[in-house]
Amino acid sequence: MTEAVAKRPSLAMWLPLALFGAFFVLVIWGLVRPADREVASAFIGKPLPQFALEAATQDRPGLSTADFKTGKPKLLNVFASWCVPCAVEAPTLDALAKRGVDIQGVAIRDRSEDLARFLATNGNPFTRIGKDDVSQVQVGIGSSGVPETFVIDGNGVIRYQHIGEIRPEDIDLILRKLAEAGQ
Amino acid sequence: MIAELGLAVLWMAAALAALQLFAGVVALRPGGAAMTGLVRPLAIMQGVLVAISFLALIDLFLETDLTVKLVAENSHSMKPFIFKLAGTWGNHEGSMLLWVTIMAMSGGIVALVEKRLREDTLIATLAGQAFVSLGFYAFLLLSSNPFERLPEAVPEGAGLNPLLQDIGLAFHPPTLYVGYVGLSVAFSFAIGALVTRDVGPAFARAMRPWVLGAWIFLTIGITAGSYWAYYTLGWGGWWFWDPVENASLMPWLAATALLHSASVLASRNALRAWTVMLGVIAFSMSMVGTFLVRSGILTSVHAFAVDPERGSFILALLAIYIGGAMALFGFRASTVTEGERFSLFSREGSLVFNNVMLCGTLAIVLLGTLYPLMTEAFDAKVSVGPPYFNPVSAIFVIPMMLMMSVGPLLRWRKDKPGRITAVVAIPALVTALALLAVVVFAPGIRILPIIGIAVGAGLAVGSWMPLKGRNLRRTPLSVYGMVVAHFGIGVALLGAASESAFSTERLAAMNVGDTQQVGPITVKLLSIAPVAGPNWTALDATVTASYKDGAPVTLHPQARTFSSPPGERTESALHTRWNGQLYAVLGKEGDDGRWQMRFWWKPFVPLLWLGGLLVALGGILSLLGRVAHDVRRLRAEGKIAYRKARLENLK
Amino acid sequence: MMDFATSAWARFFVLALVGSLMVAAATRPALAQDLLPPAPYAYKQLEEPALEAKAQALMETLRCLKCQSQAISDSDAPMAGDMRHQVRTRIAAGEEPEAIRTWLVERYGDYVSYAPQNKPIMWPLFAAPLVILLLAALLLRGRFRRDPKDSGK
Repeated sequence: MTEAVAKRPSLAMWLPLALFGAFFVLVIWGLVRPADREVASAFIGKPLPQFALEAATQDRPGLSTADFKTGKPKLLNVFASWCVPCAVEAPTLDALAKRGVDIQGVAIRDRSEDLARFLATNGNPFTRIGKDDVSQVQVGIGSSGVPETFVIDGNGVIRYQHIGEIRPEDIDLILRKLAEAGQ
Repeated sequence: MIAELGLAVLWMAAALAALQLFAGVVALRPGGAAMTGLVRPLAIMQGVLVAISFLALIDLFLETDLTVKLVAENSHSMKPFIFKLAGTWGNHEGSMLLWVTIMAMSGGIVALVEKRLREDTLIATLAGQAFVSLGFYAFLLLSSNPFERLPEAVPEGAGLNPLLQDIGLAFHPPTLYVGYVGLSVAFSFAIGALVTRDVGPAFARAMRPWVLGAWIFLTIGITAGSYWAYYTLGWGGWWFWDPVENASLMPWLAATALLHSASVLASRNALRAWTVMLGVIAFSMSMVGTFLVRSGILTSVHAFAVDPERGSFILALLAIYIGGAMALFGFRASTVTEGERFSLFSREGSLVFNNVMLCGTLAIVLLGTLYPLMTEAFDAKVSVGPPYFNPVSAIFVIPMMLMMSVGPLLRWRKDKPGRITAVVAIPALVTALALLAVVVFAPGIRILPIIGIAVGAGLAVGSWMPLKGRNLRRTPLSVYGMVVAHFGIGVALLGAASESAFSTERLAAMNVGDTQQVGPITVKLLSIAPVAGPNWTALDATVTASYKDGAPVTLHPQARTFSSPPGERTESALHTRWNGQLYAVLGKEGDDGRWQMRFWWKPFVPLLWLGGLLVALGGILSLLGRVAHDVRRLRAEGKIAYRKARLENLK
Repeated sequence: MMDFATSAWARFFVLALVGSLMVAAATRPALAQDLLPPAPYAYKQLEEPALEAKAQALMETLRCLKCQSQAISDSDAPMAGDMRHQVRTRIAAGEEPEAIRTWLVERYGDYVSYAPQNKPIMWPLFAAPLVILLLAALLLRGRFRRDPKDSGK
């Protein structure tokens, strides 16, 4: 048993190269694709879950699901006083409010006094602010961070999610989405 | 001055590598014999020069030379000595220099000591090593120069990431690196053997110590990494199937398979093409792992920009070397003869089984790691985690571990089942008894831990069976190495399964003076006080723990805050007993002034890392056995040559 | 999203990824952190051991959305704490673990579950072990000596 059998040329010998090729194509695609590092809500198109949040500050009422079923599209802004990008987007939210947009706030894990200070410094574009201390609404609508902004139509259905702060250049997009939700 | 010296020497080494490649290629062509004598000295010189360059960088870090960009960005004059040292490789540029250093020094050692391999195969190997090194030199010198100066010195360095300021983590990455790069030597041997079509036992014997060495470092690196994750992350987990962990596991799996197939090739001249392929795959996995980690391609949401340019560079190297090697394999493998044949029921047969199972595990880990990326091509974001990896890898790992009690008992070429039945019955009985005991005495445990305990117990016993009936003093060291390594696998499996089956968790808000019960242990919070370390401050809890009314021991879990750069880290406190470990963590202070404490009692969990170290120890024993054997043989050959020469003289 | 990619923090993470091969499992230190105490059941176990075990088993398979590759059971991120609170209170209210998983998947997609969902996109992953074993059988076919008595002289 010492004969060395010469092998037939076999396609199997090219299998490693083929697999490596597939890997290569995959990672090249992975490197050039636009970086998408956010977890988008899978809850778009679905009605808001039932919730009733207490008021987070003294000068604005609390927030519940019923507040969205008024026939008019609104923004639901998930924010917090401890979140730096939230302060960055505050002027943009103000601009939106001045153009007649109804913005409802959900304050995540926040204290009333911190929130009051935040609103005093950065302006208060909200008509209502609900206090969400255990991220109940946040998780309920599939939001994974602050700030996030949702367009809710007049029937309380989530129509659009904006992840991250709204910048001045996003204003037109938000207004368009609100208009679409109002149709 | 030191920085300029380091850089100059590095450029010279790169030039030598180019020359080494050129000389090697010429020497392998007809009529190029004149170059033959040049390749070895070039490889040795290159190794020495790179070592000097690396020493220069170490010196810059130890002196905290703040005119050097890398030092300014990653070190701090107030850091303890050991972390200044570790800072050398705790960053991209330094770690790449370490990579090149190990690579070139390994090449130098191969050139210095390798005497068994056919000269042309060795030259092809060294040329291959130079070719691979050149890519990394280019990477280092063109895009990540570690010796770059700043226009003017900064007043103070930026410091080292607090997570890295840990003695375990300071040495964990370089340990893995040595393993990764050691596999490059196996890769070069495989290329050399393919180029000269010299795939035989001599190739396997020459390659084996390098694979073994690399594998020892990988084993230690993974074990240490797992322990580090366990005590630093503060939740008692020790393996998360995180892409970064998988990146370190994949080369280990490939190296383990290579180790076993190389032993078949060395002893029996079989599995030729397969061993060469594994040599290529093992190093591929090192590079793939490095690429996956550095490119940031898999770090999912909220990941920070890991330099994509560097990722692309590694990918280019990957394409050239691994793609090239696999193409070479495609062309050459059919001309590599198959070698000796053997029956299914033989030592070779069991090792083939082992190889299939290891490679199956490897394929699962690779696929599971890349799968989220694949599904994104179809616009679906998914996660693949422990609920997939644990059971699916068990499909491959459990049969393999059962086979580990059988395979080493078998004879080469062919064997009869009847011959080993009586010996195999012992571990089989232990497995069955362990299974029964767990099912009867500890009901309600998940299926995987049960299987793990039974198979682990069987293997812990079965691994010793190859020594049965042998003269223990004449048994080669490498056999002891195998026994200890297999025993270590069984022990580690027992530890892992026991942790998963029997851990108890206690989360509690405690006032000073409160007691809590976790498993058999009573813990009491005595006090909480601020303490200061060299570059951190911490809240330090004093906790006593007593096992079943025994004498209390004191533990100090801490919550540390680092200043340069700022960061926070929990420092868990561990109390190890022979039968388990208490894990204590200090959390935040609640509004009511009570402290959030976390405790786990994890029976037999230290076996996990003890097992890992035993595996590494087995590797070391094997390596010592092989090297001693080679040295003896070289001496004997020297003596024969000497006598021959004397005889000639007398005539 | 909180975007901390200022140069210092970017460097911090390049460092962490480069210098260590296991750091990605570590929590991201939050630059801005809320000061609120954690949700009641974020760091508190359920009284009933059987229910707690159920919750724990589920939490180990749910992905923390704010961390790198961590389950919510292994994370100090406040949102992971809030999700633990959700899981524990729902388990205590008698919900089945798989119903809670489905509830979360409805909101965050399959990404939130470490356990692969039974959907066509995951089928290749489930088929993989079988394919690997078949491939191995195919490659090894005919490699062994059929007849052990034929010693091949």
